[in-house]
Amino acid sequence: MTTATMEEFAEVVTQRRFWDRPRRLGAALVLLGIVAAVLFGSLAPSRTARFTISQNESGAAISINGEVGAILFGVITVAAGAALLAGAGRRWQTTLLGIGIVAFVLSFLCWQVAGKFMPLVDTASGTLQVALPLILGALAGVIGERSGVVNVAIEGQFLFGAFFAAMIATMATSVWAGLISAAIGGVIIAGMLAVLAIRFLVDQVVVGIVLNLFATGVTGFLYERLMQTEQQKYNTPPQLPTWRVPGLADIPVIGPVLFNTTVLTWLALGLVVIVHFGLSRTKWGLRTRAVGEHPTAADTVGIRVRGLRYLNVLIGGAIAGAGGAYFTLVATASFQKNMTSGAGFIALAALIFGRWTPFGALGAALFFGFAQKLATYLSAVGSPVPSQFLNMLPYIATIVAVAGLVGRVRAPAADGVPYVKS
Amino acid sequence: MTTTEAAPPKEPKHREQRRESFLSVFLHNLWSANTVVVTILSIVLAMIIGGILMIVSDADVLKMFGYFTARPSDALNASWTLVSTAYGDMLKGSIVDPAAMSAWFDGTGSWQAAFFPISETLTYAAPLVFTGLSVAIAFRGGLFNIGGQGQAVIGCICSAVAGFSLGLPIVLNLIVALLAGLIGGAIWGFIPGFLKARTGAHEVIITIMLNYTAGLFLTWLILQSGVHDPQRSDAISKAVPESAQLPSFGGSLRVHLGIVLAVLVTAGIAWMLNRSAFGFELRAVGANPNAARTAGISVTKTYTLLMVVAGALAGLGGATQVLGTAYTLTPAVAGNIGFDGLLVALLGRNRPWGTLFAAILFGALRAGGNRMQSYSGISLELVSVLQALIVIFIAAPALVKTIFHLRAARSARLGASMAKGW
Repeated sequence: MTTATMEEFAEVVTQRRFWDRPRRLGAALVLLGIVAAVLFGSLAPSRTARFTISQNESGAAISINGEVGAILFGVITVAAGAALLAGAGRRWQTTLLGIGIVAFVLSFLCWQVAGKFMPLVDTASGTLQVALPLILGALAGVIGERSGVVNVAIEGQFLFGAFFAAMIATMATSVWAGLISAAIGGVIIAGMLAVLAIRFLVDQVVVGIVLNLFATGVTGFLYERLMQTEQQKYNTPPQLPTWRVPGLADIPVIGPVLFNTTVLTWLALGLVVIVHFGLSRTKWGLRTRAVGEHPTAADTVGIRVRGLRYLNVLIGGAIAGAGGAYFTLVATASFQKNMTSGAGFIALAALIFGRWTPFGALGAALFFGFAQKLATYLSAVGSPVPSQFLNMLPYIATIVAVAGLVGRVRAPAADGVPYVKS
Repeated sequence: MTTTEAAPPKEPKHREQRRESFLSVFLHNLWSANTVVVTILSIVLAMIIGGILMIVSDADVLKMFGYFTARPSDALNASWTLVSTAYGDMLKGSIVDPAAMSAWFDGTGSWQAAFFPISETLTYAAPLVFTGLSVAIAFRGGLFNIGGQGQAVIGCICSAVAGFSLGLPIVLNLIVALLAGLIGGAIWGFIPGFLKARTGAHEVIITIMLNYTAGLFLTWLILQSGVHDPQRSDAISKAVPESAQLPSFGGSLRVHLGIVLAVLVTAGIAWMLNRSAFGFELRAVGANPNAARTAGISVTKTYTLLMVVAGALAGLGGATQVLGTAYTLTPAVAGNIGFDGLLVALLGRNRPWGTLFAAILFGALRAGGNRMQSYSGISLELVSVLQALIVIFIAAPALVKTIFHLRAARSARLGASMAKGW
């Protein structure tokens, strides 16, 4: 059915060749740019917007007049859109799109920051920190879904990871024991998902959703029974230490963000590279992709479809569980009921928005992290833009991406279809 | 997910042989994997696991397990007391409390106290019937409506705002408020339906994203002037006037007209599914969209209309919640009724009357959970664990069959639901 509707869609596109993807993107950018130049430009007060590079307000900063900046960057967005509309070379498509979107964001920022200042280091490191669990969760999804198992239970894996990290780290008074048990917590949920989906052929989306509710219930129940009564004994986990790499940490902006941070940051970024390399260059990756696209063919050449799927879902569980550790070992120093509050679903959105690739997921997670960080910043400086609408951004962006309004995303062919050997 | 609607099993052989006696048919079915047995065993299994959770999280009982080999009776007795009191309270809180009942017969207690448990059960069940039906009919048409939550939230918003801002006379105000909720939900359901039909965007992704969008919109809206209660500093809206509230039956009892409405709507949906042209079309599309298209049914139209109807039902669920029990908008006004509706539909096997009974069971669990929390001190979260577990077992009949060594059922109704993927 999906294929049929997609064929219909393809037909529509071939009939109206003029409005191909770059042109639609271009038109969208031109519209955005006009909004930016006219609306943001007229609203922005003609005062200096300062983007500080150092930590304090008075230090080195990039400054621009708010009104001028809003209009200037709006015009740049229009120009990028116009270039796409005019049919600029295919090679420049991504670059132009990137320039357009960045300029739009900058135009918005010029309006908001005019007369105030925005600490760049804090924004960048905040973005990365908010994005950390999203990166790990989305990677877990990538590994599972590329082998054909839909993982909607990322939220549940986060919760179990966060809970186990808090509890074991407190009981063992070792943050590393906490990190490892977080991964194990994720594996528990992933194992349930794998057995139910692969062995018992239950609809994977159904299992995922139900497992999320299960994880919410179990962690909430144990929290109330154990942690609430004996906070000291079960729920005061030590925090992951912040490590500073000498030398590298002194690079402006990038240094403090990347080299003065916890091991979880390096784990997340390292895993992106490892998973990307693994999926594209190794035997395991080739097999994973084969199993996810055409399990029957993979089985014919002797790949153990179900075994590989089990393996991938469990690896994913460990990664997502480690992502859950972020909530209790880095962000806050205790477990709270339902503390992930939908981060698992944003990770799912990042995975889809990033087109089921590790680097795509990284980009999407950073983008969503930036949106959230910006929302906190704006509500802190008392912006007229409600933070709720900025928080909606990840969800709406994903709807737009999935609906193919600006370029379609396509899942692996056998994603979510259980394999029954015949 | 397609629930394979089994053709009536052909058993000519049995017909030609002798008719089996009622007793032997009964005994045969007693231990085979048919709907009733699997449902009952799922509930039993879930309660056993729930009991284990209670014991594991109780420090006093665990201490007795420390000297289990020396005196096992201590540990076993304590465990039994803990679990049986908790489940006993659950029963007393949801169906009948013998003490209150006998007090009523003696004349020392009021009839309200005697019927209080049932009233609570039905109060919690009413919105779940609507959200459950919403998910169930979408399932029957081959769509997975995870968006019940978002649609219910929008339903809450629309009916509450219509209720307190229009100022219509009694009766009319209630009807308009209910309709507003219905229309709001329908619009929120239209979006994924339309996108699915036009672009093939998967409804699961779209509805998940719309859930969060709706939730964020609610938290923003509550604080706006005209909606926010000016006498309160926290996030709460003005209350719906009495003219727009669903009238309750008896004095102090909370049970309201919503449950009657729910039964009527269930009957209506049952008629629509089994007797109307649209019901036939949606079942045809759900069974096999390609065949349905060949037969001249517009799949596009069916998907859109189906999601509109599903959204309207969930919106009505939200309306029942806000007009029947909550009366004001708070960030958590819709609670978890959308996701619970998903579980209810799965438990009711996507049949209208099955969904009604499943909703009443869930309502009973919830009402009993309240009493269990206040009398036995077992957290209400246990109820969500029980609900999730029941549905996990229901969704994986093969699992239950393996655990209890059930015979294969004669009818193939329980064939594992095969997933469709993204």
